[in-house]
Amino acid sequence: MQALLHLFHYDFVQNAYLAGTIVALVAAVMGYFVVLRAQAFASEAMSDIGLAGAAGAALLGVGSLLGMFCLTILAALGMGALGERLRGRDVEIGMILSFALGLGALFLIIYSQTGTNAAVGINVLFGSIVSVTRGDVLITLYTGLATLLCIALLFRPLLFASIDPEVAQTRGVPVRLLSMLFLVLLAIATAEAILVVGALLVLALLIAPAATALSLTRRPLTSLLLSIALGLVIIWGGLTLALVGPGRHLPVGFFIATLATLFYLVSLPLKRLRSSRHIVTQPRPCKHPCNEYSSMAGRGH
Amino acid sequence: MFDLLQYAFIQNALLAGALVAVVAAIMGYFLIARGLTFAAHALPNIGFAGAAGAVLLGLDPVFGLFAFTIGAGLGIGLLGKKAGERDTLIGVLMTFALGLGLLFLTLYSGYSELVYNILFGQILSITPQDVLITALASLLTLLAVLALFRPLLFSSFDPEVAQARGLPVQLLALVFLTLLAITVSLAVQVVGALLVFTLLVGPAATASRLASSPFRAIALASVLGVSYTLLGIYLAALTLTWPVSFFIAAIAFGVYLPVRLLSPLWSDRHKRHTLQPALEPSGATQNDLSAQEAQPVEHLTHSSR
Repeated sequence: MQALLHLFHYDFVQNAYLAGTIVALVAAVMGYFVVLRAQAFASEAMSDIGLAGAAGAALLGVGSLLGMFCLTILAALGMGALGERLRGRDVEIGMILSFALGLGALFLIIYSQTGTNAAVGINVLFGSIVSVTRGDVLITLYTGLATLLCIALLFRPLLFASIDPEVAQTRGVPVRLLSMLFLVLLAIATAEAILVVGALLVLALLIAPAATALSLTRRPLTSLLLSIALGLVIIWGGLTLALVGPGRHLPVGFFIATLATLFYLVSLPLKRLRSSRHIVTQPRPCKHPCNEYSSMAGRGH
Repeated sequence: MFDLLQYAFIQNALLAGALVAVVAAIMGYFLIARGLTFAAHALPNIGFAGAAGAVLLGLDPVFGLFAFTIGAGLGIGLLGKKAGERDTLIGVLMTFALGLGLLFLTLYSGYSELVYNILFGQILSITPQDVLITALASLLTLLAVLALFRPLLFSSFDPEVAQARGLPVQLLALVFLTLLAITVSLAVQVVGALLVFTLLVGPAATASRLASSPFRAIALASVLGVSYTLLGIYLAALTLTWPVSFFIAAIAFGVYLPVRLLSPLWSDRHKRHTLQPALEPSGATQNDLSAQEAQPVEHLTHSSR
């Protein structure tokens, strides 16, 4: 504790905690919707696409945030426009991701041949939270606030459309538009988070807190608050473990990913317990289940 | 243009690349049908962490690759039963593996070269021995898929009905994920973690939009996969500096995009043939259709014995 307080005199420690807190907060809120909408793959794709954007920006000599915003927002629009159903969307995301990764590889290789070092890719991938500047903190703060404001404005319809898109659609909620808007917000939040914690940790901070919270309680506001609390515990815990204590020379990313995984894995059996108590009946998607079974059974082998 | 083909390293790259492309295309078809695209992206990354761990312990990276990918495949199969939750689980497992990978890389001093080799592959520096190993392993994987072809197909497209008909759906899912893990581990060594994903998803995604029957889709996916790979390697060898993965990814995307954008034109017609009969109470047309599809499948399983 004494050691930690002493460390807070350093600028880089302050910056890491500040930026980490903002990122974890935004990620927990966005992640709440990501998990509800089952878009873990989309957010993972977004962070890898951000990586390609950062590599492209390095090649062109512009700021990496600009490159990340360009590619992630473009990808968000593409995913929104191409994917209509849940299962179909998976493939569209995959195709966009694979192309972006190819582009990223190209940018990195050209950059490493013309530029000074190839470490830029690894830095963006694994992040460098302890080398965040005060300027980065401010950028994170502004984009974070803007994202949270948008989410607050869209909160009710977005929640409705995320939990039950079909009913929301029939009730006149513009589900398709909301889906597109959410992906764009996710793109902005992801790019901003990559700047601070790296592409690897974005996914940990996005889905682990929210998935844990949602397996413990399904009540909207409670689970959202729980998700934020868990996100903060993960980032503060990870930073503290990496800065003081026995694992001092080990990377922050390792601690954050491990904490996130631990929370999630512990929540899994609790969820089984909870769901066995509340048996939820859902409408079956198939129109004539009996008919299909009998026609299949009649065919024989 | 044929000058390049005289070099042994190009020949080896083309051979190994084509082998990997065929296996990946076939696995990719099932993968897309099962909604496991995210797993196809996560497993190479998880394998990368395993390879880093093996290097740290002084072992051959292959052991780490197989241990981590198969472990993760089984974990996904056992814990992720519902589609929505499965993606979250895959995401968490992948982050954890990458966190471990980061730890291994920090503890191990030879940093970026290893990362680059596993991420981007080294297809242009493959030995004839590598080609032989790849060929044998590909053959074994393909035999396993052929032996399980019918139940795998059935449980991929309609797990609920397959379950009702007494197929061990859960077991098949585990077996499929293990086969996928093996395919990924093999392919990562040849083409790199990045390209494995493209080869798994790209050809199969295009083929399942174009072809109506599973057999035709798989054949088309294999042809597309091999063509992308050969063309990609050739172009990369021609330019010398640009990576193979970029060319293959660009070709795969360039073919997929027009097919995806134009497919509503013929999928309306397609839907009238396949979707509506399933909703009709009589079910007669559906039987006709599945009988047609069953034939080449039957033929395939017999010839494999």
